[in-house]
Amino acid sequence: MTSNITRRRMMATGLATVCATTLPGIALALDDATARTLVQKVVNDINAVIASGKPVSSMINDFEGIFRRYGDVNLIARSTLGPDANRASAAQMNAFTEAFRGYIARKYGKRFNEFAGGKVEVHSVRQVKSWHEVAGMVNLRGSAPFDVRFLVSDRSGQNLFFDMVIEGISLRLSERTEIGSMLDRRKGNIDAMIADLRQAG
Amino acid sequence: MLAFAAGTALSACAQPNPSATISAPYDPYEAENRRMHAFNVSLDRAIVRPVAKGYSDFVADDVEQVIGNFATNMSMPSSIVNNILQGNGRDASQDFYRMVINTTIGLGGLIDVATDMKMPPRSDADFGETLYVWGVAEGPYLELPLIGPASTRDAAGRTVDLFTNPLDYVLESPESYYGTGASGLKTLGARGRFGDSIDSLLYDSADSYAASRSLYLQNRRYKLGKSGTDDYLDPYDATYGGAAVSSDFEDPYDQ
Repeated sequence: MTSNITRRRMMATGLATVCATTLPGIALALDDATARTLVQKVVNDINAVIASGKPVSSMINDFEGIFRRYGDVNLIARSTLGPDANRASAAQMNAFTEAFRGYIARKYGKRFNEFAGGKVEVHSVRQVKSWHEVAGMVNLRGSAPFDVRFLVSDRSGQNLFFDMVIEGISLRLSERTEIGSMLDRRKGNIDAMIADLRQAG
Repeated sequence: MLAFAAGTALSACAQPNPSATISAPYDPYEAENRRMHAFNVSLDRAIVRPVAKGYSDFVADDVEQVIGNFATNMSMPSSIVNNILQGNGRDASQDFYRMVINTTIGLGGLIDVATDMKMPPRSDADFGETLYVWGVAEGPYLELPLIGPASTRDAAGRTVDLFTNPLDYVLESPESYYGTGASGLKTLGARGRFGDSIDSLLYDSADSYAASRSLYLQNRRYKLGKSGTDDYLDPYDATYGGAAVSSDFEDPYDQ
Protein backbone atom coordinates (compact mmCIF):
# COMPACT_ATOMS: atom_id res chain seq x y z
CA MET A 1 0.00 0.00 0.00
CA THR A 2 2.83 2.37 0.88
CA SER A 3 4.50 1.69 -2.46
CA ASN A 4 1.18 2.43 -4.05
CA ILE A 5 1.00 5.89 -2.55
CA THR A 6 4.60 6.64 -3.52
CA ARG A 7 3.84 5.60 -7.06
CA ARG A 8 0.78 7.81 -7.21
CA ARG A 9 2.66 10.75 -5.81
CA MET A 10 5.33 10.14 -8.44
CA MET A 11 2.65 10.14 -11.13
CA ALA A 12 1.19 13.43 -9.92
CA THR A 13 4.65 15.02 -9.80
CA GLY A 14 5.29 13.59 -13.24
CA LEU A 15 2.13 15.11 -14.65
CA ALA A 16 2.93 18.46 -13.11
CA THR A 17 6.35 18.32 -14.78
CA VAL A 18 4.62 17.52 -18.05
CA CYS A 19 2.51 20.65 -17.73
CA ALA A 20 5.54 22.75 -16.86
CA THR A 21 7.40 21.49 -19.91
CA THR A 22 4.35 21.70 -22.17
CA LEU A 23 3.40 25.31 -21.56
CA PRO A 24 6.59 26.93 -22.92
CA GLY A 25 6.28 24.48 -25.83
CA ILE A 26 2.94 25.99 -26.73
CA ALA A 27 4.56 29.42 -26.91
CA LEU A 28 6.83 28.17 -29.72
CA ALA A 29 3.62 27.34 -31.60
CA LEU A 30 4.27 24.71 -34.16
CA ASP A 31 1.33 25.15 -36.49
CA ASP A 32 -0.09 23.00 -39.27
CA ALA A 33 1.75 24.94 -41.97
CA THR A 34 5.16 24.59 -40.26
CA ALA A 35 4.61 20.87 -39.71
CA ARG A 36 3.61 20.44 -43.32
CA THR A 37 6.69 22.32 -44.54
CA LEU A 38 8.95 20.09 -42.43
CA VAL A 39 7.39 16.89 -43.78
CA GLN A 40 7.49 18.28 -47.31
CA LYS A 41 11.28 18.66 -46.86
CA VAL A 42 11.54 15.08 -45.56
CA VAL A 43 9.47 13.82 -48.48
CA ASN A 44 11.48 15.80 -51.05
CA ASP A 45 14.69 14.29 -49.65
CA ILE A 46 13.18 10.79 -49.69
CA ASN A 47 11.98 11.24 -53.28
CA ALA A 48 15.45 12.41 -54.27
CA VAL A 49 16.98 9.28 -52.70
CA ILE A 50 14.49 7.00 -54.48
CA ALA A 51 15.04 8.74 -57.81
CA SER A 52 18.85 8.74 -57.47
CA GLY A 53 19.04 5.01 -58.20
CA LYS A 54 22.20 4.78 -56.08
CA PRO A 55 23.40 1.47 -54.64
CA VAL A 56 21.66 0.30 -51.45
CA SER A 57 24.56 1.13 -49.12
CA SER A 58 24.56 4.74 -50.22
CA MET A 59 20.75 4.91 -49.91
CA ILE A 60 21.14 3.72 -46.32
CA ASN A 61 23.58 6.56 -45.61
CA ASP A 62 21.22 9.08 -47.17
CA PHE A 63 18.33 7.76 -45.13
CA GLU A 64 20.35 7.97 -41.93
CA GLY A 65 21.05 11.63 -42.78
CA ILE A 66 17.33 12.35 -43.24
CA PHE A 67 16.49 10.57 -40.00
CA ARG A 68 19.19 12.50 -38.12
CA ARG A 69 18.20 15.89 -39.54
CA TYR A 70 14.40 15.77 -39.28
CA GLY A 71 13.63 13.03 -36.77
CA ASP A 72 13.67 13.17 -32.97
CA VAL A 73 15.93 10.13 -32.77
CA ASN A 74 16.55 10.51 -29.02
CA LEU A 75 12.86 10.34 -28.26
CA ILE A 76 12.11 7.53 -30.73
CA ALA A 77 14.97 5.44 -29.33
CA ARG A 78 13.92 6.10 -25.73
CA SER A 79 10.32 5.32 -26.48
CA THR A 80 11.13 1.99 -28.17
CA LEU A 81 13.07 0.99 -25.08
CA GLY A 82 9.94 1.68 -23.02
CA PRO A 83 10.15 1.43 -19.23
CA ASP A 84 13.60 -0.18 -19.54
CA ALA A 85 14.90 3.28 -20.44
CA ASN A 86 14.49 4.21 -16.78
CA ARG A 87 17.05 1.67 -15.60
CA ALA A 88 19.57 2.38 -18.39
CA SER A 89 22.56 4.56 -17.53
CA ALA A 90 23.30 7.73 -19.51
CA ALA A 91 26.18 5.95 -21.26
CA GLN A 92 23.92 3.03 -22.16
CA MET A 93 21.26 5.42 -23.49
CA ASN A 94 23.84 7.14 -25.71
CA ALA A 95 25.18 3.86 -27.03
CA PHE A 96 21.65 2.58 -27.57
CA THR A 97 20.51 5.73 -29.42
CA GLU A 98 23.57 5.59 -31.68
CA ALA A 99 23.07 1.87 -32.42
CA PHE A 100 19.34 2.41 -32.93
CA ARG A 101 19.91 5.14 -35.53
CA GLY A 102 22.15 2.89 -37.61
CA TYR A 103 19.75 -0.03 -37.23
CA ILE A 104 16.73 1.99 -38.42
CA ALA A 105 18.72 3.38 -41.37
CA ARG A 106 19.79 -0.13 -42.45
CA LYS A 107 16.40 -1.73 -41.92
CA TYR A 108 14.30 0.95 -43.67
CA GLY A 109 16.95 2.23 -46.09
CA LYS A 110 17.12 -1.24 -47.68
CA ARG A 111 13.41 -1.03 -48.48
CA PHE A 112 13.96 2.01 -50.70
CA ASN A 113 14.93 0.02 -53.75
CA GLU A 114 11.45 -1.53 -53.67
CA PHE A 115 10.15 2.02 -54.07
CA ALA A 116 11.98 2.52 -57.38
CA GLY A 117 9.82 4.56 -59.74
CA GLY A 118 7.58 5.56 -56.83
CA LYS A 119 6.90 8.92 -55.27
CA VAL A 120 5.66 10.21 -51.92
CA GLU A 121 3.10 13.03 -51.87
CA VAL A 122 1.90 15.16 -48.94
CA HIS A 123 -1.88 15.62 -48.86
CA SER A 124 -3.14 17.04 -45.59
CA VAL A 125 -2.26 18.02 -42.05
CA ARG A 126 -4.24 18.20 -38.82
CA GLN A 127 -3.55 18.54 -35.13
CA VAL A 128 -3.93 15.47 -32.92
CA LYS A 129 -3.40 16.03 -29.19
CA SER A 130 0.01 17.71 -28.86
CA TRP A 131 1.30 16.77 -32.30
CA HIS A 132 0.57 17.47 -35.95
CA GLU A 133 -0.26 14.55 -38.18
CA VAL A 134 0.88 15.13 -41.76
CA ALA A 135 -0.74 12.61 -44.09
CA GLY A 136 0.49 11.59 -47.51
CA MET A 137 0.45 8.82 -50.06
CA VAL A 138 3.18 6.59 -51.42
CA ASN A 139 2.47 5.96 -55.08
CA LEU A 140 4.23 2.89 -56.37
CA ARG A 141 4.34 1.64 -59.92
CA GLY A 142 1.93 -1.23 -60.51
CA SER A 143 0.33 -1.41 -57.06
CA ALA A 144 -2.29 0.46 -55.09
CA PRO A 145 -1.01 3.61 -53.35
CA PHE A 146 -0.60 3.38 -49.58
CA ASP A 147 -1.08 5.80 -46.76
CA VAL A 148 1.85 7.29 -44.83
CA ARG A 149 1.67 9.71 -41.90
CA PHE A 150 4.42 11.65 -40.16
CA LEU A 151 3.84 12.84 -36.60
CA VAL A 152 5.56 16.16 -35.91
CA SER A 153 6.05 17.72 -32.49
CA ASP A 154 7.94 20.69 -31.05
CA ARG A 155 8.07 19.33 -27.52
CA SER A 156 11.78 18.55 -27.79
CA GLY A 157 12.37 22.28 -28.37
CA GLN A 158 12.75 21.73 -32.10
CA ASN A 159 10.25 20.86 -34.81
CA LEU A 160 10.98 17.20 -35.51
CA PHE A 161 9.01 14.13 -36.52
CA PHE A 162 8.75 11.40 -33.89
CA ASP A 163 6.90 8.68 -35.77
CA MET A 164 6.17 7.45 -39.27
CA VAL A 165 2.99 5.44 -39.73
CA ILE A 166 2.44 3.36 -42.88
CA GLU A 167 -1.07 1.94 -43.34
CA GLY A 168 -1.60 2.21 -39.61
CA ILE A 169 1.71 0.54 -38.75
CA SER A 170 3.79 2.80 -36.54
CA LEU A 171 7.57 2.62 -36.82
CA ARG A 172 7.89 3.51 -33.14
CA LEU A 173 5.35 0.99 -31.83
CA SER A 174 6.61 -1.81 -34.10
CA GLU A 175 10.20 -1.20 -33.10
CA ARG A 176 9.19 -1.20 -29.44
CA THR A 177 7.96 -4.77 -29.95
CA GLU A 178 11.19 -5.64 -31.76
CA ILE A 179 13.52 -4.01 -29.19
CA GLY A 180 11.46 -5.67 -26.42
CA SER A 181 11.99 -9.07 -28.09
CA MET A 182 15.71 -8.40 -28.50
CA LEU A 183 15.95 -7.50 -24.83
CA ASP A 184 14.00 -10.64 -23.83
CA ARG A 185 16.34 -12.76 -25.91
CA ARG A 186 19.23 -11.36 -23.87
CA LYS A 187 17.34 -11.83 -20.58
CA GLY A 188 17.12 -8.06 -20.10
CA ASN A 189 20.84 -7.36 -20.51
CA ILE A 190 20.90 -3.90 -22.14
CA ASP A 191 24.57 -4.01 -23.18
CA ALA A 192 24.15 -7.38 -24.92
CA MET A 193 21.04 -6.07 -26.68
CA ILE A 194 22.94 -2.98 -27.90
CA ALA A 195 25.69 -5.24 -29.28
CA ASP A 196 23.02 -7.25 -31.16
CA LEU A 197 21.37 -4.06 -32.41
CA ARG A 198 24.63 -2.92 -34.03
CA GLN A 199 24.55 -6.07 -36.16
CA ALA A 200 20.79 -6.10 -36.87
CA GLY A 201 18.76 -4.53 -39.66
CA MET B 1 -7.62 3.25 -11.94
CA LEU B 2 -8.64 5.13 -15.09
CA ALA B 3 -10.86 7.45 -13.10
CA PHE B 4 -8.00 8.01 -10.70
CA ALA B 5 -5.56 8.81 -13.51
CA ALA B 6 -8.05 11.24 -15.01
CA GLY B 7 -8.49 12.84 -11.59
CA THR B 8 -4.74 13.24 -11.15
CA ALA B 9 -4.45 14.72 -14.60
CA LEU B 10 -7.24 17.17 -13.79
CA SER B 11 -5.65 18.31 -10.59
CA ALA B 12 -2.13 18.47 -11.98
CA CYS B 13 -2.93 20.01 -15.32
CA ALA B 14 -5.31 22.73 -16.37
CA GLN B 15 -6.04 20.90 -19.61
CA PRO B 16 -6.50 17.19 -19.02
CA ASN B 17 -5.42 14.82 -21.73
CA PRO B 18 -7.10 11.47 -21.09
CA SER B 19 -4.95 9.62 -23.61
CA ALA B 20 -6.42 6.48 -25.07
CA THR B 21 -3.93 3.74 -25.77
CA ILE B 22 -3.00 1.24 -28.38
CA SER B 23 -3.83 -1.59 -26.03
CA ALA B 24 -1.66 -4.62 -25.45
CA PRO B 25 -2.54 -7.62 -27.61
CA TYR B 26 -5.12 -9.89 -26.01
CA ASP B 27 -3.45 -13.22 -26.61
CA PRO B 28 -4.59 -15.90 -24.14
CA TYR B 29 -3.75 -18.70 -26.62
CA GLU B 30 -0.17 -17.54 -27.09
CA ALA B 31 1.37 -21.00 -26.56
CA GLU B 32 -0.86 -22.65 -29.20
CA ASN B 33 -0.46 -19.65 -31.51
CA ARG B 34 3.31 -19.85 -31.27
CA ARG B 35 3.22 -23.52 -32.26
CA MET B 36 1.04 -22.62 -35.26
CA HIS B 37 3.41 -19.76 -36.10
CA ALA B 38 6.39 -22.13 -36.09
CA PHE B 39 4.44 -24.40 -38.46
CA ASN B 40 3.53 -21.51 -40.77
CA VAL B 41 7.12 -20.28 -40.87
CA SER B 42 8.47 -23.72 -41.72
CA LEU B 43 5.78 -24.09 -44.39
CA ASP B 44 6.78 -20.72 -45.82
CA ARG B 45 10.43 -21.66 -45.80
CA ALA B 46 9.90 -25.09 -47.38
CA ILE B 47 7.11 -24.40 -49.88
CA VAL B 48 5.40 -21.00 -50.10
CA ARG B 49 8.52 -18.84 -50.35
CA PRO B 50 10.30 -20.89 -53.04
CA VAL B 51 7.10 -21.36 -55.05
CA ALA B 52 6.22 -17.67 -54.80
CA LYS B 53 9.75 -16.67 -55.82
CA GLY B 54 9.56 -19.07 -58.75
CA TYR B 55 6.12 -17.79 -59.75
CA SER B 56 7.24 -14.18 -59.47
CA ASP B 57 10.44 -14.75 -61.44
CA PHE B 58 8.84 -16.97 -64.05
CA VAL B 59 5.68 -14.98 -64.76
CA ALA B 60 6.05 -11.53 -66.30
CA ASP B 61 5.05 -8.64 -64.01
CA ASP B 62 2.29 -7.58 -66.42
CA VAL B 63 0.74 -11.04 -66.37
CA GLU B 64 0.91 -11.13 -62.57
CA GLN B 65 -0.82 -7.77 -62.54
CA VAL B 66 -3.59 -9.02 -64.85
CA ILE B 67 -4.19 -12.11 -62.71
CA GLY B 68 -4.28 -9.94 -59.59
CA ASN B 69 -6.78 -7.57 -61.23
CA PHE B 70 -8.98 -10.46 -62.25
CA ALA B 71 -8.96 -11.94 -58.73
CA THR B 72 -9.80 -8.56 -57.23
CA ASN B 73 -12.66 -8.01 -59.63
CA MET B 74 -14.07 -11.47 -58.89
CA SER B 75 -14.10 -10.61 -55.18
CA MET B 76 -16.06 -7.37 -55.67
CA PRO B 77 -19.54 -8.93 -55.31
CA SER B 78 -18.57 -10.23 -51.86
CA SER B 79 -17.37 -6.75 -50.91
CA ILE B 80 -20.65 -5.23 -52.15
CA VAL B 81 -22.70 -7.75 -50.12
CA ASN B 82 -20.68 -6.86 -47.01
CA ASN B 83 -21.11 -3.13 -47.60
CA ILE B 84 -24.86 -3.67 -47.83
CA LEU B 85 -24.83 -5.72 -44.61
CA GLN B 86 -22.98 -2.81 -42.98
CA GLY B 87 -25.60 -0.36 -44.21
CA ASN B 88 -22.84 1.43 -46.16
CA GLY B 89 -24.67 2.42 -49.34
CA ARG B 90 -21.92 4.75 -50.52
CA ASP B 91 -19.16 2.12 -50.58
CA ALA B 92 -21.56 -0.49 -51.97
CA SER B 93 -22.39 1.72 -54.94
CA GLN B 94 -18.76 2.84 -55.44
CA ASP B 95 -17.66 -0.80 -55.51
CA PHE B 96 -20.52 -1.61 -57.84
CA TYR B 97 -19.51 1.07 -60.36
CA ARG B 98 -15.85 -0.01 -60.17
CA MET B 99 -16.89 -3.57 -60.92
CA VAL B 100 -19.11 -2.50 -63.84
CA ILE B 101 -16.34 -0.38 -65.40
CA ASN B 102 -13.63 -3.00 -64.93
CA THR B 103 -15.81 -5.86 -66.14
CA THR B 104 -16.83 -4.01 -69.33
CA ILE B 105 -14.12 -1.56 -70.41
CA GLY B 106 -11.52 -3.50 -68.40
CA LEU B 107 -12.17 -6.67 -70.43
CA GLY B 108 -13.77 -8.86 -67.79
CA GLY B 109 -11.70 -7.44 -64.94
CA LEU B 110 -8.28 -8.09 -66.49
CA ILE B 111 -7.42 -4.39 -66.56
CA ASP B 112 -8.02 -2.06 -63.61
CA VAL B 113 -9.45 0.83 -65.64
CA ALA B 114 -11.27 2.22 -62.60
CA THR B 115 -8.01 3.09 -60.82
CA ASP B 116 -6.60 4.70 -63.98
CA MET B 117 -9.82 6.75 -64.17
CA LYS B 118 -9.21 7.87 -60.56
CA MET B 119 -12.49 6.37 -59.35
CA PRO B 120 -12.85 6.11 -55.54
CA PRO B 121 -10.65 3.29 -54.17
CA ARG B 122 -12.30 -0.06 -53.52
CA SER B 123 -13.58 -0.60 -50.02
CA ASP B 124 -12.24 -4.16 -49.59
CA ALA B 125 -15.11 -4.84 -47.21
CA ASP B 126 -15.14 -8.29 -45.64
CA PHE B 127 -17.34 -10.02 -43.11
CA GLY B 128 -14.80 -9.42 -40.33
CA GLU B 129 -15.38 -5.70 -40.91
CA THR B 130 -19.15 -6.28 -40.98
CA LEU B 131 -18.89 -7.92 -37.56
CA TYR B 132 -16.88 -4.91 -36.34
CA VAL B 133 -19.60 -2.56 -37.60
CA TRP B 134 -22.20 -4.71 -35.86
CA GLY B 135 -20.31 -4.21 -32.60
CA VAL B 136 -18.68 -7.62 -32.19
CA ALA B 137 -15.48 -7.41 -30.09
CA GLU B 138 -12.08 -8.22 -31.60
CA GLY B 139 -11.61 -11.26 -29.36
CA PRO B 140 -8.38 -13.14 -28.69
CA TYR B 141 -5.55 -13.00 -31.22
CA LEU B 142 -5.17 -16.17 -33.30
CA GLU B 143 -2.62 -17.50 -35.71
CA LEU B 144 -4.40 -19.63 -38.34
CA PRO B 145 -2.76 -22.39 -40.35
CA LEU B 146 -1.60 -21.14 -43.80
CA ILE B 147 -3.44 -17.82 -43.42
CA GLY B 148 -1.45 -16.48 -40.48
CA PRO B 149 -2.48 -13.69 -38.07
CA ALA B 150 -6.16 -13.02 -37.35
CA SER B 151 -8.34 -11.86 -34.53
CA THR B 152 -11.12 -14.23 -33.52
CA ARG B 153 -13.58 -11.81 -35.10
CA ASP B 154 -11.70 -11.86 -38.39
CA ALA B 155 -11.32 -15.63 -38.32
CA ALA B 156 -15.11 -15.90 -38.03
CA GLY B 157 -15.45 -13.32 -40.79
CA ARG B 158 -13.20 -15.30 -43.11
CA THR B 159 -15.29 -18.41 -42.59
CA VAL B 160 -18.49 -16.55 -43.41
CA ASP B 161 -16.85 -14.92 -46.44
CA LEU B 162 -16.45 -18.35 -47.98
CA PHE B 163 -20.20 -18.03 -48.58
CA THR B 164 -20.76 -14.32 -49.19
CA ASN B 165 -19.70 -14.16 -52.83
CA PRO B 166 -22.89 -14.36 -54.92
CA LEU B 167 -20.83 -15.40 -57.95
CA ASP B 168 -20.25 -18.78 -56.30
CA TYR B 169 -23.96 -19.46 -56.52
CA VAL B 170 -24.34 -18.25 -60.09
CA LEU B 171 -21.29 -19.70 -61.81
CA GLU B 172 -21.01 -23.39 -62.50
CA SER B 173 -17.77 -25.29 -62.27
CA PRO B 174 -15.14 -24.91 -63.57
CA GLU B 175 -15.84 -21.15 -63.97
CA SER B 176 -16.59 -20.81 -60.26
CA TYR B 177 -13.03 -21.89 -59.49
CA TYR B 178 -11.39 -19.24 -61.68
CA GLY B 179 -11.81 -16.60 -59.02
CA THR B 180 -10.44 -18.86 -56.28
CA GLY B 181 -7.50 -19.92 -58.42
CA ALA B 182 -6.71 -16.35 -59.40
CA SER B 183 -6.90 -15.21 -55.80
CA GLY B 184 -4.46 -17.96 -54.80
CA LEU B 185 -2.06 -16.81 -57.52
CA LYS B 186 -2.55 -13.20 -56.43
CA THR B 187 -1.47 -14.15 -52.90
CA LEU B 188 1.57 -15.98 -54.30
CA GLY B 189 2.40 -12.96 -56.45
CA ALA B 190 2.25 -10.69 -53.41
CA ARG B 191 4.52 -13.07 -51.46
CA GLY B 192 6.99 -12.84 -54.35
CA ARG B 193 6.64 -9.13 -54.95
CA PHE B 194 6.98 -8.08 -51.30
CA GLY B 195 9.36 -10.97 -50.71
CA ASP B 196 12.14 -8.99 -49.06
CA SER B 197 9.78 -7.25 -46.62
CA ILE B 198 8.13 -10.53 -45.62
CA ASP B 199 11.50 -12.28 -45.36
CA SER B 200 12.71 -9.53 -43.07
CA LEU B 201 9.62 -9.91 -40.87
CA LEU B 202 9.67 -13.71 -40.70
CA TYR B 203 13.40 -14.40 -40.69
CA ASP B 204 15.19 -11.31 -39.37
CA SER B 205 12.96 -10.33 -36.44
CA ALA B 206 14.16 -11.16 -32.95
CA ASP B 207 10.73 -12.70 -32.34
CA SER B 208 8.83 -13.05 -35.59
CA TYR B 209 5.67 -14.12 -33.75
CA ALA B 210 5.48 -10.92 -31.68
CA ALA B 211 6.45 -8.81 -34.70
CA SER B 212 3.77 -10.23 -36.99
CA ARG B 213 1.15 -10.00 -34.24
CA SER B 214 2.00 -6.33 -33.72
CA LEU B 215 1.96 -5.51 -37.45
CA TYR B 216 -1.29 -7.39 -38.04
CA LEU B 217 -3.19 -5.78 -35.17
CA GLN B 218 -1.97 -2.25 -35.95
CA ASN B 219 -2.84 -2.56 -39.63
CA ARG B 220 -6.20 -4.27 -39.08
CA ARG B 221 -7.34 -1.74 -36.47
CA TYR B 222 -6.31 1.08 -38.78
CA LYS B 223 -8.32 -0.40 -41.65
CA LEU B 224 -11.39 -0.83 -39.49
CA GLY B 225 -11.27 2.43 -37.56
CA LYS B 226 -9.61 4.83 -40.03
CA SER B 227 -8.86 6.85 -36.93
CA GLY B 228 -5.31 7.86 -37.83
CA THR B 229 -3.10 8.37 -34.83
CA ASP B 230 -5.74 9.67 -32.42
CA ASP B 231 -5.38 6.63 -30.16
CA TYR B 232 -1.63 7.07 -29.65
CA LEU B 233 -0.22 8.18 -26.34
CA ASP B 234 2.05 11.20 -26.45
CA PRO B 235 5.59 9.75 -26.11
CA TYR B 236 6.86 13.11 -24.87
CA ASP B 237 4.71 12.70 -21.75
CA ALA B 238 6.70 9.60 -20.88
CA THR B 239 10.08 11.19 -21.56
CA TYR B 240 9.56 14.46 -19.77
CA GLY B 241 6.99 13.39 -17.22
CA GLY B 242 8.18 9.99 -16.08
CA ALA B 243 4.63 8.63 -16.36
CA ALA B 244 4.01 5.21 -17.84
CA VAL B 245 4.71 5.06 -21.57
CA SER B 246 1.37 3.40 -22.14
CA SER B 247 -1.20 1.78 -19.97
CA ASP B 248 0.13 -1.57 -21.20
CA PHE B 249 2.81 -1.16 -18.62
CA GLU B 250 0.65 -0.23 -15.70
CA ASP B 251 0.55 -2.45 -12.67
CA PRO B 252 -2.17 -5.03 -13.43
CA TYR B 253 -2.89 -5.42 -9.69
CA ASP B 254 -3.56 -1.74 -9.29
CA GLN B 255 -7.24 -1.53 -10.29
